[in-house]
Amino acid sequence: MTLLDVKDLYAEVAQQQILKGLNLKVNAGEVHAIMGPNGSGKSTLANVLAGRPGYDVTAGDVVFEGHSIVDWEAHDRAHAGVFLAFQYPVEIPGVSNMEFLKASIDSKAFANDEAQPAAAGFIKEVRKLAQSLDLNPEFLKRGVNEGFSGGEKKRNEVLQLLLLQPRLAVLDETDSGLDIDALQVVAEGVNRFRSDDNGVVLITHYQRLLEYIVPDFVHVLADGRIVQSGDKSLALELEEKGYAWLT
Amino acid sequence: MSESVDDLVQTNAEYNAGFVTDIESETLPPGLDESVVRFISQKKKEPEWLTEWRLKAYATWQEMTAPEWAHVHFPPVDFEAISYYSAPKSQADGPQSLDEVDPELLRTYEKLGIPLHEQEALAGVVKPSANVAVDAVFDSVSIATTFKDKLAEAGVVFCPISEAVHSHPELVQKYMGSVVPQKDNFYAALNSAVFSDGSFVYIPKGVRCPMELSTYFRINERNTGQFERTLIVADEGSHVSYLEGCTAPMRDENQLHAAVVELVALGDAEIKYSTVQNWYPGDEEGRGGIYNFVTKRGLCAGPRAKISWTQVETGSAITWKYPSVVLRGDDSVGEFYSVALTGKVQQADTGTKMIHMGRNTKSTIISKGISTGRSQNTYRGLVRISPTAAGARNFTQCDSLLIGDSCGAHTFPYIEDSNVSAVIEHEATTSKVSEDQLFLCQQRGIDPEKAVSMIVNGFCKEVFKELPMEFAVEAGKLMEVSLEGAVG
Repeated sequence: MTLLDVKDLYAEVAQQQILKGLNLKVNAGEVHAIMGPNGSGKSTLANVLAGRPGYDVTAGDVVFEGHSIVDWEAHDRAHAGVFLAFQYPVEIPGVSNMEFLKASIDSKAFANDEAQPAAAGFIKEVRKLAQSLDLNPEFLKRGVNEGFSGGEKKRNEVLQLLLLQPRLAVLDETDSGLDIDALQVVAEGVNRFRSDDNGVVLITHYQRLLEYIVPDFVHVLADGRIVQSGDKSLALELEEKGYAWLT
Repeated sequence: MSESVDDLVQTNAEYNAGFVTDIESETLPPGLDESVVRFISQKKKEPEWLTEWRLKAYATWQEMTAPEWAHVHFPPVDFEAISYYSAPKSQADGPQSLDEVDPELLRTYEKLGIPLHEQEALAGVVKPSANVAVDAVFDSVSIATTFKDKLAEAGVVFCPISEAVHSHPELVQKYMGSVVPQKDNFYAALNSAVFSDGSFVYIPKGVRCPMELSTYFRINERNTGQFERTLIVADEGSHVSYLEGCTAPMRDENQLHAAVVELVALGDAEIKYSTVQNWYPGDEEGRGGIYNFVTKRGLCAGPRAKISWTQVETGSAITWKYPSVVLRGDDSVGEFYSVALTGKVQQADTGTKMIHMGRNTKSTIISKGISTGRSQNTYRGLVRISPTAAGARNFTQCDSLLIGDSCGAHTFPYIEDSNVSAVIEHEATTSKVSEDQLFLCQQRGIDPEKAVSMIVNGFCKEVFKELPMEFAVEAGKLMEVSLEGAVG
């Protein structure tokens, strides 16, 4: 079943054309790695998929579960099941992590006409998840990402991924700035998330992450388009030869 | 799709209290002279000393000029265009009980969610868990005070100040003007001359007031000013928590509200004074709204006395207000917790003064300013340590939050330290609700409006937790309504 169909997508940021005819199809149960040199448009793709204000689609389409979502607001896409794990998760002082997670899950439940989870059970579930990701549950009382180390911020992103159980997860360089231990914890979390019902778009600069999260497909993004696709062996080839031979 | 925070800062928030009560009023024609002062005094059948007191204040006021040091801008107020007295006609003789209060007035307060029916308040019909005695002030007069009997059992006096002048003249004469002298400042002098009504509270020695006391101020009549005067005296070892709320109809012209509040806490007494100020703020272009020029000051007169001000300020076109504490008694404590939210083109210049005179006196100042729209929000504070205040301590935390690119936040902290043993700490931050924060929330399914409200509430948490329960809920709701404008 096709989860995501990106069709000949053109997008610009601050009147600068970044994506130039990008095509990508993700079926349920698949993990797609997007690799590419700096400035090729990887983060722009992530933000365009999530509907970030300021990222304008000028041509083409993004079809998610049969619906064109290019005109949807970011929170509507989130409710439908699009999740973006941020490269640089921002801090929100004064709003506790737990409060934020509850507001998030309640908004999604409300939008989808589902019952909001009872507070007591919810808190228990979140604490358990935090422990499984080596996050001290005390962190849940602190402000969102407030004073978290880089690794803690990324693990917090994975916690949200596991809690919200989206249909499509876009991970924007989740491996950047992580030491090997943190990388393994994050990868383990993503692998736990993987199922036949959901899809993952894994944006990364390095092949290293793919040793832990094994992709079904690897695509090379260069100058706003996908210039090469293959299986996981492509990642190894890139590691060896660099990107220059492709562009 | 919303492009930026700035685009979100647009449409007009709903002002829920903006309706007008259609009631026949006796209103003085605009203008101020000695005869107006005498008229008000006569209307309230005041004793000779008070009439003289007012006239002296009026003479003082005439020689004063309006203060211009605040960071606010507005055309000069035409004091001849204001009516200084307005009262609902039906209340001319002063109702003896709630049954005699004009039903139209009762409905007004019902609409505002203020329980004036004791039975209903007790049964929780109007407001759950409301165990609050209310003095309702409508334009220039107090129309009803609830739970008087129950309070009397505890020896607590809670009545309109116009009534206290007759029933407890010795207390009124002793304390009125003792904390805020007539000549204290321009608006305090004006108030002293023409004050109409307000609340009077006396808590006897060692008594813990059995319920929250509250006054609800409502300006209704066009072109009138409201000049209320509140006096709270907590005798030795007593305790009282007092709440104050304010609203006014939406009108195109500005209206003046120049109140004076005086608190006196004798030794070991404690007064907690909370305000939720929601006067009409004016429209998007700055038409209309209340000029809120208020003098509030408390005196910790005896040892170990404590006065705590908590304010949530969302309304008024212009706010000029510095609830202060004079810490005269040794080991006395002063606190100021404030949230000031400005939107549209509102201007707020607010803060506090902590005057340390006694030994080992302590003060805490927590100020949270939130600016949205094209508003200007200023914190102005003074911490003064007198030579006599050995071992005094002050902690000040002053945070500003900006939403959008067209508003301003300003901080003017003054510290005057004349005693080397004093310890003074000052912390200040300014932050902005960023587009990154909003997008993180939005990506997690939280729409921008809810996100801003959540971020602002988080920012204000330290102050909200100081509010009595009923008020904390009301304040939270009020912030949400006031922020609707910020995230159209």
